[in-house]
Amino acid sequence: MTKIIKSVVCPICGCLCDDLEVTVENNEIIKMKNGCAVCEAKMVHGYKSEERILEPHIRKDGKLVPVSMDEAINKAAQILTDSKYPLLFGWTSSASETQHVGVELAEELGSALDNCCSVCHGPSVMATQEIGIPTATLGQIRHRADLIVYWACNPWSSHPRHVERYTAFTDGRFEKSEFKDYVQKLKAKASQKKVAATIRRTQVRYQPSRPQSATVEAPPQTLAKAGRKMIVFDVMKTMTAEVADYFVKVEPNRDYEIFGAMRCLVNDQELDVDSVGGIPVDYLKEIADVMVNAEFGAIFFGLGLTQSIGRFRNVELAIALTRDLNRKTKFVVSPMRGHFNVTGANTVFAWQTGYPFALDFSQGYPQYNPGEFTAIDLLRREDNDATLVISADPGAHFPKSALQNMMKYPLITINPDWNAISRLGDVVFPTQWCGIEQAGTAYRMDSVAISLKKVVEAPKGVPTDEEILRRILEKVRTIKAQKTTKENKEPQKEEAPKKRRLKPQEENVKAEGD
Amino acid sequence: MAEQKLRVTLITGRTIDQGVGKELGKGSDKYFDSVAVCFLDPSDIKKLGLKSGMNVQVTSKYGSVVVKAKKYTHGAIPGMIFMPCGLWANIICSADTDSIGMPTFRGFTVEVEPAPNKPVLTLDELLKQEFGK
Repeated sequence: MTKIIKSVVCPICGCLCDDLEVTVENNEIIKMKNGCAVCEAKMVHGYKSEERILEPHIRKDGKLVPVSMDEAINKAAQILTDSKYPLLFGWTSSASETQHVGVELAEELGSALDNCCSVCHGPSVMATQEIGIPTATLGQIRHRADLIVYWACNPWSSHPRHVERYTAFTDGRFEKSEFKDYVQKLKAKASQKKVAATIRRTQVRYQPSRPQSATVEAPPQTLAKAGRKMIVFDVMKTMTAEVADYFVKVEPNRDYEIFGAMRCLVNDQELDVDSVGGIPVDYLKEIADVMVNAEFGAIFFGLGLTQSIGRFRNVELAIALTRDLNRKTKFVVSPMRGHFNVTGANTVFAWQTGYPFALDFSQGYPQYNPGEFTAIDLLRREDNDATLVISADPGAHFPKSALQNMMKYPLITINPDWNAISRLGDVVFPTQWCGIEQAGTAYRMDSVAISLKKVVEAPKGVPTDEEILRRILEKVRTIKAQKTTKENKEPQKEEAPKKRRLKPQEENVKAEGD
Repeated sequence: MAEQKLRVTLITGRTIDQGVGKELGKGSDKYFDSVAVCFLDPSDIKKLGLKSGMNVQVTSKYGSVVVKAKKYTHGAIPGMIFMPCGLWANIICSADTDSIGMPTFRGFTVEVEPAPNKPVLTLDELLKQEFGK
């Protein structure tokens, strides 16, 4: 039987597009409408591919062998209770209900708890804690923004429908889509190229060497037009930069200086240098004018700021620039969050413990310290002696040395498919695809909570990650209770080692006496 | 005369093909084809004397990896190479976080050289080589 399900939410990136139309036949998604290429890859093909894990596995003699769910749960709980200081990492592709159980498990174990935010927008969270953030929901931006600035991000690749749904190419209530303009621009460019090619072919024999195109182009006149405008700052020209009105090429690791210069210009101060970060100051002045003259501007920034030199200080200045702009006009700033529920992981951890990521429960209460309790730092120092990874793939996204240290100790993974970290796991759990086979709550990149839908039934015997975590938690509590009972029952044995430790001393005294 | 080695700045990031590949499965051909690659500026390709689809070895202080060289088509990036996020790029990234939890994934210097006789390892081969599993 074929059924069409409307308003399905896409469980991939922070955009959480909620207008998908999915066609299901015999409990299988056969086609869909409105999704981007990445969404279609996952929801029509990827979720049911051969890479799917259908039963739990345990590594025996170096090889992963299928086992029963009970055996895997027991083994995982045993590893976690035997460990002195485990790390629970991931959470960003799970529903918020699962993340909630994760905090409970971390508290029970006295472990470290971190989410993928620490390797994507952790610095943005830290910058927000430093100076706050003037932001808005994507709906506000869609309807009102007339200037969009993408800084160090490439939504065309990472959030393919961001431009189409929320910014330049969408018809808002007060601002219209610029898509037709873009198509016209493309046609004009194509005809310019044709004319140039014809001239080259028919007339010009000598071709003078053109100036290196790595330099920044001057701001185009179209920046002064009415309606939506889009500016992209990046170290290299991307697809997003190609659709923008103006692309500004930044030297790598120079964003901090450029933000500083922009702040000066927005605050009517003069700069006594010719260029900053590879951009002539005259161009920056024009950009500052465009920003100040915008009615509603929005800056979106990506990992280019958080992963290069300066990290959270870059983001801090991006926010400070927005704050300065708000003295003259209306401006908002927003991070381009990656995984579909990474914002949810921050939100859930924060309302449960007070802190958004980089957590530690070893003292029995939550502590927060990025650089100390963040996954990469724990692994680099070899602080943790077991790792549980859930709904994430550090196998493909952590630096080598951190992963090598992770491999020295037992690794438990909870993921729906054989991604890199599942292939490296010692106890591997299968789980349902959140947002396809499992309903739940996720937070969009602007912190709006959205309900994910269940579209098809999961394969038989594959539980939700929440169920797996609850069973592990229950087992951990049982093992800990058994240990406590054992210790209480045998208090005599506690003193025995003391006597044994005295023995050598007595022997020494005896020997000295002799 | 082609140069033996080139010192360039490494930038890592997302591409739409990497996004599609990872959703199809980390073991899929699409993922391998879209992630085990390195995009260079045409001028740098010329300097190294590379041919289209030739393998290159990218080396940093932290590791070395062989990937397929491709021409960057969106704009000029002389002195820079771009690698999509994934295991191949992360082999050569530093775990140094400047004490805030975020490793250095981009903006550092690497060396790139032609490696016509070295194979590009698949995900499983690379995991086995680096982590023994």
